[in-house]
Amino acid sequence: MEIILNTLISLSLLGVVLAVILYIVAQKFKVVEDPRIDAAAAFTPGANCGGCGYPGCRGFAEACVKADSLDGLFCPAGGNETMKNIAEVLGMVAEEKEPQIAVVRCNGSHDKRRKTTNFDGPSSCAVSNTLYGGDTDCPYGCLGLGDCVVACTFDAIFIDEESGLPMVDEEKCTSCGACVKACPKSIIEIRNKGKKSRRIYVSCINKDKGAEAKRACNSACIACNKCVKACAYDAITIENFCAYIDFEKCKLCRKCVSECPTGAILELNFPPRKESAVQKEAKVTETE
Amino acid sequence: MLKTFPKGGVHPKENKFSAGKPIEKIELPKQVSIPVSQHIGAPSEPVVAKGDTVKAGQLIAKSTGFVSANIHSSVSGKVLKIDKVLDTSGYKQTCIIIDVEGDEWMESIDRSAEIKNNIDISAEEIKNKVAACGIVGLGGATFPTHVKMSVPPGKTCNHLVINAVECEPYLTADHQIMMERAEEIMIGCKLIQKAIGAGKVLIGIENNKPDAIRHMSETAKKFDNIEVHALKVQYPQGGEKQLIKAVLNREVPSGGLPIDVGCVVQNVGTAYAVYEAVQKNKPLFERVVTVTGKSVKKPSNILARIGTPINMLIEAAGGLPEDTGKIVNGGPMMGKAVSTDTVPVTKGTSGVLIFPQDSATRPENFNCIRCGRCASACPMGLEPYLLKNMTVVKMYEELQAQHALDCMECGSCAFTCPAGIPLLDYIRLGKANLNKILRAKKS
Amino acid sequence: MAINKLTVSMSPHDYGKDSVKKIMYGVVIAMVPALLVSIYYFGLDAIRVNLIAIASCVFFEWLIQKLFLKGKLSVVDGSAIVTGMLLAFNVPSNLPWWIIVIGALVAVGIGKMTFGGLGNNPFNPALVGRVFLLISFPVQMTSWPVVKVLNFAMTDAQTGATPLAIVKEGIKNGQSFSSIMDTMPHFYSDAFMGHIGGSLGEISAIALIIGGLYMLFRKIITWHIPVSILGTVAIFAAIMHGVNPAKFADPAFHLLTGGMLLGAIFMATDMVTSPMSKKGMIIYGVSIGIITFLIRTWGAYPEGMSFAILIMNAFVPLINRGFKPGRFGEKIKK
Repeated sequence: MEIILNTLISLSLLGVVLAVILYIVAQKFKVVEDPRIDAAAAFTPGANCGGCGYPGCRGFAEACVKADSLDGLFCPAGGNETMKNIAEVLGMVAEEKEPQIAVVRCNGSHDKRRKTTNFDGPSSCAVSNTLYGGDTDCPYGCLGLGDCVVACTFDAIFIDEESGLPMVDEEKCTSCGACVKACPKSIIEIRNKGKKSRRIYVSCINKDKGAEAKRACNSACIACNKCVKACAYDAITIENFCAYIDFEKCKLCRKCVSECPTGAILELNFPPRKESAVQKEAKVTETE
Repeated sequence: MLKTFPKGGVHPKENKFSAGKPIEKIELPKQVSIPVSQHIGAPSEPVVAKGDTVKAGQLIAKSTGFVSANIHSSVSGKVLKIDKVLDTSGYKQTCIIIDVEGDEWMESIDRSAEIKNNIDISAEEIKNKVAACGIVGLGGATFPTHVKMSVPPGKTCNHLVINAVECEPYLTADHQIMMERAEEIMIGCKLIQKAIGAGKVLIGIENNKPDAIRHMSETAKKFDNIEVHALKVQYPQGGEKQLIKAVLNREVPSGGLPIDVGCVVQNVGTAYAVYEAVQKNKPLFERVVTVTGKSVKKPSNILARIGTPINMLIEAAGGLPEDTGKIVNGGPMMGKAVSTDTVPVTKGTSGVLIFPQDSATRPENFNCIRCGRCASACPMGLEPYLLKNMTVVKMYEELQAQHALDCMECGSCAFTCPAGIPLLDYIRLGKANLNKILRAKKS
Repeated sequence: MAINKLTVSMSPHDYGKDSVKKIMYGVVIAMVPALLVSIYYFGLDAIRVNLIAIASCVFFEWLIQKLFLKGKLSVVDGSAIVTGMLLAFNVPSNLPWWIIVIGALVAVGIGKMTFGGLGNNPFNPALVGRVFLLISFPVQMTSWPVVKVLNFAMTDAQTGATPLAIVKEGIKNGQSFSSIMDTMPHFYSDAFMGHIGGSLGEISAIALIIGGLYMLFRKIITWHIPVSILGTVAIFAAIMHGVNPAKFADPAFHLLTGGMLLGAIFMATDMVTSPMSKKGMIIYGVSIGIITFLIRTWGAYPEGMSFAILIMNAFVPLINRGFKPGRFGEKIKK
């Protein structure tokens, strides 16, 4: 009996003393924080992807609260909705941004781009890139070792086994840009998502002359200039032997896609093309 | 007891198949491609244009800074074009491509076999000549020699250490030069000694080359202040800091240079090149390359012109074996695997190594079992497993606190790892990223 | 001539011949002498315990890897066999089979695979299993059969205590060390050869030393850990024995009993759970020696090796952080 009593008394005393200490410490080191930070942080996606440029979602919320206006602050993962909510909490206006998405600008799948060497080393693009140009003849193209997959916190990018190239899951991609930073070849670009997710882009970034590029990869941009001529909106420019489509100017007319001799220009999510008169004719002659 | 360095080190199998094979010349290639960046430092700038005719030994690319080197044509002929060609770096680099016509050398080059041993020019002139002739360290690191020969103000150099260790397995180029050109090497040593004002020349040779030790010691007797030191075989004794520790028992401080302990280290092949440049006016446009491998028919030491595609060298050594799995430019521990057999020989090509298919790939991979062998093999006393893990989780800045920049990439850690972990692959990546961060901080 | 597709990889292109697999099977070979001695003294029971322990360790590793962990199967690397053998070496030969299976499950399942398999475990798996059994089944774990040379009949043998327990109990009851030793004539030579009571693998000093020398020769272990553990225990035992010979056992007694050699040679040296640097190894070894001696002399358990090793396993990350290998060129200031 006595033991139990002693135990109870000593334990409760200990508890009281510790509680007092905890209270004093908590009072002394209390951090006064703007309650709006919590409110704003509640609207962030909470993925801590770093796409905004701040350390984590809370860091971004803090930056928003401290800032005078929301210009230049944008949460790519949460998009316009998050920004609207944060703006509401803070009594500011958030500017609407066009939704964006990551695109992989390399089309050199296994069948189009022959492997010329075996890379023997860890499965890391960054390591392979410090060693040499890559296991194909194209030193600009995708290495296919999946640094972007590792970098993605949203599980939105994966390596397609058949082609060996990374594929972006449109539903999941938040355009945070983590893959862009991870890619040592700078192949991935953040582009406007486009109306109904329709996009057209040049899926090649090689800087070699046409003939050399073609030798390494069947679907390389050979800088033939055909797309530039076909474009009615001046959206396509050629620099360093490679075409680039400005997504601000592109009107998604798809003329360049059919002009491209190597298939380096890709179109995504378009309905099947109506056969033009010329093609129909060609088909007729073929069947005859 | 033979001297060596005390910390770390490994014992790879030596496999010196081409030892004792005389240096042979091979026929000239039809075309050479000479990269403008064959050294550490700024790439040189071409001074010839398409269509120009050049002679062997003519300057074709000028150095673009203090840490840079001149590049000379290795053949006579016509400049076909200046284009990007895949070279030993694994990337396409600017190269000067020359179609070979005849073999006409610059008139200023003394092609006689006579040995010129009187040194009658000043230290300054020696340095200028070495710089003009584009001499770089021929051990493989290709650091411009004239930079190493310029002792910074406030420092004194009392020892010139000549690296004749050739600690890399397989390679025998330096060994063979020592056997055939000992006297010229000694004069080269004397020239460097004069240029840097060193009191003594110490030549370090590993004990697996007893004939070279004997021959060099004999020859050294004709000169004063040249000593030959026999060293115990241990990799990486050819590392500057390890060599100084082994020969002189001086420890270069972390982050420092050999000159901080009053030493300059030069490769034995470089000493020969300095002799040729100063006494014979011959720029560096050819070098001895060991072509070897387990299945190579005729392992050889070949005197090759810079820019020769390596497949010509392999042809001269009996052709590419059927079972080739990997071709390495340099030694097996620090050399670089190339992606085709058409890459050109550069100033840093100390060997062309051919691995059969079965030994071309890495050993089986396991989990790290924390055995600590990498740490005990590291000659710099680093912890490779830690550096690798930090790189994997992208803690690049912490790498500096762990002295990652002391790493000289000798590969002892990866060699000794029983789990077959690509330690050095990651450490290289980490170092590259750390350097990037440091550069960004500076500017 | 067409050339094969070349392999491109980073230097070095030459590799040492050792691998994790070879190291693990090397440890297994080093344990064979002790295994033979245990068969000699405990008969078929020794084989039974070993087989059950090894089989269940391998099975649990395979099962857990298959069910929960991704990646290639690691069972082939032989580490499960080492764990199984060490576990078997650490239990009495008459242990019921189901206790061994539980021990294996704890050793491999909790001690190793929960942390991610080989190389990631902070504690020596075999010891985790052993200590779990020691605490959970104290009766079965501490009734050692009396050794009988080449006794292949699997009968219920007579059981008895280990010398260490006898001495501890005796001293507690006021007997002097020398008078206790008088009851065990030829103790030292018996302990050296293995003719004493105890767990399967710990009885024969000579067999364990042969195994240790083999591992030293194969460079699987370095001398630092075993020597520092044994040296520390010997020094402390010598001091205490010198102060009061009646109350404290002599150094030789400490070194030969209670799994001291098994622990110092085979378990403390486990690469995964021991420090990386030589300095760290010595700190680790000395600490194990001190803790073992403290537990043996003043603790509740007669032997303290397992606990000492496990305690120091927990400090290994700290030791690795605090005792780095000496760097080249660190002494001289720039």
